[in-house]
This record gives sequence, C-alpha cells and structure tokens, in this order.
Amino acid sequence: MNPYASLQMLRNELDSRALSSVELTQMYLTRINKLDAEFNCFITLAEEKAMFQAEQADAQIAAGQGGALTGIPMAHKDIFLTQGIRTSCASRMLDKFIAPYDSTVAKKLNHAGMVCLGKTNMDEFAMGSSNENSYYGSTKNPWNTEHVPGGSSGGSAAAVAAALVPVTTGTDTGGSIRQPAAFCGVSGIKPTYGRVSRYGMIAFASSLDQGGVLAHSTADMALMLSAMGGFDAQDSTSADQSMEDILALTRDSEGFALSGKKITIGLPKEYLQNLTNAELEAVYQNVQSVFSGQGIEFRDVSLPHTHVAVPTYYVLASAEASTNLSRYDGVRYGHRCESPKNLEDLYVRSRSEGFGEEVKRRILTGTYTLSVGYYDAYYVQAQKVRRLIANDFTKVFSEVDLLMTPTTPSPAFKIGQLSKDPVEMYHQDVFTIPASLAGLPSMSIPCGMQEGLPLGLQLIAPHFKEALLLKIGNLFQQHTDWHTQYPETGQNL
Amino acid sequence: MTWETVIGLEIHVQLATNSKIFSGASTRFGAQPNTQACAVDLAMPGVLPVLNKQAISHALTFGLAINAEIGLHSTFDRKNYFYPDLPKGYQITQFQHPIVGRGSVEVILEDGSHINVGITRAHLEEDAGKSVHENMPGLTGIDLNRAGTPLLEIVSEPDMHSAQQAVAYFKKMHALVKYLRICDGNLNEGSMRCDANVSIRKSGDTTLGVRTEIKNLNSFRFLEKAINYEIERQIELLESGQKIQQATLLYDADRNETRPMRSKETSEDYRYFPDPDLLPILITQADIDVLKKLTPELPDQRRLRFQETLALSEYDANWLTADPDIADYYEATVEQCNNTKLSANWVMGELSAVLNRQELPITSAPITAKQLGQIISKIADDTISGKIAKQIFDDITRQADPSVDVNEFIKQNGLTQMNDESQINDIVDQTILANPDQVQQFRDGKHKVMGYLVGQVMKQSQGKANPKQVSEMLTAKLKTQP
Repeated sequence: MNPYASLQMLRNELDSRALSSVELTQMYLTRINKLDAEFNCFITLAEEKAMFQAEQADAQIAAGQGGALTGIPMAHKDIFLTQGIRTSCASRMLDKFIAPYDSTVAKKLNHAGMVCLGKTNMDEFAMGSSNENSYYGSTKNPWNTEHVPGGSSGGSAAAVAAALVPVTTGTDTGGSIRQPAAFCGVSGIKPTYGRVSRYGMIAFASSLDQGGVLAHSTADMALMLSAMGGFDAQDSTSADQSMEDILALTRDSEGFALSGKKITIGLPKEYLQNLTNAELEAVYQNVQSVFSGQGIEFRDVSLPHTHVAVPTYYVLASAEASTNLSRYDGVRYGHRCESPKNLEDLYVRSRSEGFGEEVKRRILTGTYTLSVGYYDAYYVQAQKVRRLIANDFTKVFSEVDLLMTPTTPSPAFKIGQLSKDPVEMYHQDVFTIPASLAGLPSMSIPCGMQEGLPLGLQLIAPHFKEALLLKIGNLFQQHTDWHTQYPETGQNL
Repeated sequence: MTWETVIGLEIHVQLATNSKIFSGASTRFGAQPNTQACAVDLAMPGVLPVLNKQAISHALTFGLAINAEIGLHSTFDRKNYFYPDLPKGYQITQFQHPIVGRGSVEVILEDGSHINVGITRAHLEEDAGKSVHENMPGLTGIDLNRAGTPLLEIVSEPDMHSAQQAVAYFKKMHALVKYLRICDGNLNEGSMRCDANVSIRKSGDTTLGVRTEIKNLNSFRFLEKAINYEIERQIELLESGQKIQQATLLYDADRNETRPMRSKETSEDYRYFPDPDLLPILITQADIDVLKKLTPELPDQRRLRFQETLALSEYDANWLTADPDIADYYEATVEQCNNTKLSANWVMGELSAVLNRQELPITSAPITAKQLGQIISKIADDTISGKIAKQIFDDITRQADPSVDVNEFIKQNGLTQMNDESQINDIVDQTILANPDQVQQFRDGKHKVMGYLVGQVMKQSQGKANPKQVSEMLTAKLKTQP
C-alpha cells in the first residue's frame, strides 16, 4: 500500500476489505518506528490505544456502519487533549500531564472512527515558527533534515510529508498550520475563527487560535474538516454556522465543481512589493497562469495596513498568552519544583524550570503590554489596528472572491539559522498573520520548489467560505502535481 | 476637633444558581473538599468558560430592583494575580462594562431616619476557592468547591457616615437579595460578604481622607465592630499627628482589631483586559420587560403595605420586612389571629428571642405561625392571660411539635383564664381577709399596694384570673367596704 495514498484511496481499500484498519495502522506505526528517529515528528505514540481503535473500526466497517473516516489513521498535534494520553504541548511544564478528558476535536474524530496514532511535535505552547522551541527537540524537515519543518505545527506537517500518517490536526494562531504546510510541501487549512471548537485545545492566544488540518490534498482536508468543524456549546466563541457547504464537498465527485461561477482572485500588492525572492516570484507567476487557464481572473488589490500586522499580532498574542499560561503554576498539575521554600518560590521555580525561553519571552512581553501605563499604548492600540486590518479585508472582499499570496517569503530555513534572532523569526509569519488577525479562513497548498525545498501558495477567503477556498485549491491540484511530489527520505522503507 | 466618617461598601453576593457561573459543577454548600470542582473549575489545560444564563437574569433582577441603569452590552475581563485558590491565575470579572450601572436604595435607620445610598455599579464575577489549614500542620490545602461560584459584587458610593448606617445598608441589601430570591442570604456560609472602605475627614472638609479597606466581613456585628475600631484607630493616628496609610486590612474578631494583610495577598496591578474566551452579554428591552414582570414584591413595597393595610408603625414594619421569611411568618400569624399589633409584638419579642437563643432561622422556628396565631387569638379574646400565654409559648417551643393544637393544649392543661366572676370574687375576698395590713395601707391612701394585692390574687388563681378584672374588683371592694 502506498503510504502517500489519499484518504479516498484508503477508504476504498478498507471498504473493499483489501486492507483492514489494523493492517493500515500497523503499516503507519512501522513507518513511524523506522523513520521518526530521524524526523522527530512524534512526542508520544499511542500504539496500544491505536490498535484498539483500529480493531473497533474494523468491526464497524464489517457491520456496515463505517463512515468516510472510519479506520483511517491520523495524529493530533500535541496541543489537543486526548484522554488517557500524555498531552505535553511540547513543554517540560506538561511533560507528565495525562489528559483527563478529550478535546472536542479529538472526540469528534474518535466518533468518526479515526485511529489516533499519537501526538505530534510542535513549538512549545505553539509559540514559534520552526519547531526549534520544543522541549522534545526540533522536528526535521523530511525534504532536507538540515532544515526546519516550520512551526508551530511542524511535527504535524513533517509527519504528513514523510507519510508517517495520512493526515494530522494542527492549530494556527498566526500561521502555525500554513507556514509548516508550505515548508513541508503539504496542504494545510486554517478555518474561520470559530469554525472548529477550541475546547480542549490548549490555549495560546484565545482570540486567534484555530484548529485545522494538514494533509496531502484539498480533498483530504475537506473530509477532515467536515468531521472536525461545527458549533460546540462548550466553546462560547464557536460559530453557530452551517457546515452544509463543506459537507457538500465530500458527498460526491461533483462536490468540488465551481458550477460556472466567475471567480476573481485578488493579488494584494503589499505582500509582493518587498519580495526579493526572484524564484518565488517566478513560481507565483506560474500559479497565476495555471489559474488563468481555468478562466479565473486576477485583480491587483491593496491591504494598506499589512505592514503593521506583525507588531500588532505580537502585542495581542503575547498579551493573551501571558494570562492563558498563568494556570501553569505548579499547584494542581504540571511541573512543580523540588521542595519549594514558600509559595513565591513554588511559583518562581516551577515556572522558570517548566517553561522554555521563547514562552518566557512572550509571557514577559505580554505582561508588560497589559501593565498599567502601557495597556493603552500597546494593547488598546493593537486592538484598534486589528480592526483596521480586518476592515481592509472586508473592503477587498467586496471586489474579489479570494486573495492569493505566497505563504512565506522563502522556503524552509536551516535549523539554527534564525533561532538567535527572535524578531527575524517573527517576520517569518508576515504573510500569514493578517488573515489570522481578521479571523479569515486561509490555506496553504504546495505550488513549486526552490533549491529542493517546497514553496507554498496561500489562499484567503471571506469568513466561513472554507468551501470556496477548498474548491479553488482543488482546481489547482487537479492541474498541477506539486502536492503529489514527496521527499525521498519519506519513500525509502 | 470633630471628625466625619465616610464609608462605602463592596458587597459580594453569591447568586443562587444550581451550577457555577462558567461550568456545570454544583454550587451546593458543605460538600467534601474538591468534590464539586470539574475540569473547568480546576483550570485544566484547554478548558473554556460558558456563561450560566441564570446568573445573568439574577444580576438583571437586582439591577431592576434598585432602578439601576442596565448594561445592555456588558463584557467580561480577566483580573490577573497569582494565588493558589485562584486556579486560572486570573479571575473572570466585569471591569470595564458591568451589567448593572448606577442605582440607589433608601435605608431606614434604627432611629427612624432615612438615608439614600447610591449604588455605583454591580457586576458579575466568579468566586475563588478556599485555602484550608485545619488538620494539616505546616501545609496549606486548597478546596476548589467554591471556585467559580457566581458572585454579584455591589459597589456603593461612599454615602454612609457611621458603622450603624453601614450595617443598616448591609441589612437592606441582605433583605433585597433574599426577596429577589437571587441569594440564600446565609451569612454564616459566606453567601454574602462585604469589604468596607473607611476614611475620616475633618467635619466640613469636602475632599475625602485616605481610606483603608477592611476585607471579607461576613456578619452585621463584625461589620459594625470593625468599622468602629477602624474609625477610632484613624482618629487616634490623625490626632497624634500621624498619617493614614492606604491599606487593605483584615478584621480579627477574636481580638477586635484590624491589621494589614500580608503584602502577598494584595497586588498593585491586575492587568485587566477583555476575556477573549467570552462574548459580550447583550441585553434587549424585551429581556428587561420579561424580568420586570417576574419581579416579586420588594421589601420597601411590603413595608409600605404593612404600614398602610396592617396599621403597623414604620419601625415595626421595617423590622418585620427585613427578612422575607420573617415577613411571611408574620403574615401567616396575622392570618390565624387577625391581630396585627399583637402578632408584631410576639414575633419581634418572644419569638425573635427564642430564635436568637437557639440560633435558628425563622424557617426552622420551634413554633408554627398557626400555633403562635392561636395563642394570640386566646389572649385577644381574654381566654388566657399574657402570663399564661408566655407559659404556653414556652411549652410549645420546648416541644417544637407543629402538630400540637394550641386550643386543645389549653383545654387539656386547664389554662383557660378565669372569667367566672364568682370564682374570682371568692379569691378576692379571701385575699382581702388574709392581708389586713395591706388593705389598711390602701385605705390610708397608699394605692401602690394594689399591685401586691393583685399579685396575691393571681397567685391564688394560678395565673388564670384576668388581672384587669381582679384590679377592678379589688378597687371596688376596698373603696366600698369598710
């Protein structure tokens, strides 16, 4: 069985009994055990539980009760709580934390009959763009192990790229699904804020965090999203919005048809004017000609507040993170220092030992920007700018159906290349952050290669237009083969 | 030098909801530690708050009762500080946009005068857990059962000028929340607690003095004593030329003194900011109209009704309506006996004394309103004397048996007042014969001795004679007979 098979192909194999879920699960577990020593995609493997779930899935399929995802292996980013399995968020703070309940996403995918193989590596508490900020060590990019896989969902992206698992969950706060998807040559979607429940997804920046998918294709992502999304009464910010148009994509082969609708894609000039990467520019031109060939029109548009998106994001995300992470105090669960002298000592040492450098940097930044005397200058100001950035998008979406940009300014950088320069690292998210601030659905799909490393194309849609995003992405993938190119390392087994 | 005291209160009211403000855990009081704390209350990773709608309607009910501005768009903020009883490291509260804005209440003081106390705002927030020190030497335990209990914090203007006024206001708010059925009002279980902001200034000054805040007072008596202690302390400091330090204080009831909290328990900067996990609470006029219709009779309305239709004095009416359970009991008593004044006297006097002695709420009174009403009926129609009535009251409350019928009890124990004139006549005659000295004294004009003679007759009749009748009979006989 080709480990890079699409979910639909796996479904056909399972339904025709050519392959059982147990066999499929064993196949991917074998790949993980053989290959992951090199890539470090997984923090925790849940082999026993996976085999149990696979057996249950086989029974369901045998009874004719299987759904589209029954028996298909997957892995969760280690930010989603999975009952009975360690959920570390790649932090020493939660190194010994066994989740006492299932996140809504885990519950829904369990319910769909999926088999969870384990938990993927990430930047600690989702703070980072390279997976170098993991307590469990960096994940390596399967295309070139000297390079980072991107972050924070780097383990999820690399695991799909190396076909250690057919599909993974991820989370995106400022680009944490799209940037690693681009770096690893896989497809990744960040749905509209509120589309996927945040319950049981460890919070980094609550007003931005959104769960999503990393997969080989838009078709696979549509299947996953249809199972993960939807209103959840346990998340007050969850959107009570119909899932019908996403479900429609998964029903039959006609689901992705554009039905003759004229599509115009906007090209925001602010994203391109400072682009110094000639190869990327060429790739980008090529993408336009692919789309033009399919009758899609382009229009130059302007998002004038783009240049302030990165600082705005780091003020808001750090502020929210600084208080979201206050609960890790060594009192009820998580890392506690040895023999604390008093309460102050318990707090200071537990948190100093439990958190890594980048997490501490953001807690300090966030604490500073929320302090009396700085709150108005930073937090309140950033909230205002966030509104302006969102308004930019609202305006252009009255003219165009979608926006298209490169996902990142360059392909995956080398491990260690930016880790000494946090600000340069933060600018890796310059193309992905604006859509996050506006809560818009956004997707990265492979669109070319540079120096043997993949490049990603970002598409951004109006709120709750994930279906349109996936249709356009699907159109591209039907006329290109970037998404079916795989790293050599992943194929050797 | 004369000083003026200025007091404002922040009252924390635990709202009577079945579950917590942001989780489904129970709010029942007195459970084993940490058995009513779910993943949300424990601030497990990944959990999110979901607002309890009952807490919103309780807060609005309060706002409407004090004619306050209602926050049609209110929001939640995080108040950040570290403490082991605060699992998230922040308290969810309403800082910028509270659900209840400006309002006011009228308070009747002991001396009958009225003051108006402004309400600055009232906002929803979550209670913290508790630190436990009992039975764990050298350790601190954490009980998170209380964490997440919904609170309404009612902030007053600095409109009170004595401990008595502050207590009267606290009592008024206690009455109000019980009437509205938004709080059980059990002070000893911490259902209502207050922080008192106290400052003094020279009489006539218009600027406020430096204030201190006494935290966590949970009884009317402690509130009064703590404020009085603090006023004296502040006056002493200023009169000896020292300055008042702004401080947060705890009241030690055992020593009757206030002392500063450890500095760790106070924090300079709470870094308030809007909680991104919760949406704004949006209230419409239609919501308000529905709640207005559901508002029960308020203490002021009930007091006026007692004054107007039951002909009670303002003092009595105010006393009886301060607690809806007392007012209910009183009304049930009146329904039985139809005597508003005697019922008021007995409820405020004998019954209140018994309840205080036995530390019982009126809902667990050892005598039912029906029984008390029966006793009062028998006094009113002269079947029994006041003295016998007291004896019956004592017997009934001792038995604390609601099935006892007072009329039967009186018959069985032969306690009916002697209204048979001939019977009393005999005892009066015997008494006159047995006390020649006193009789002579009376006839010599020392009329005070009458009390003694009446007492003798009452004693002979085992208290069953009607003292008024006895007195009249004695006077007649002593004046006419030689």
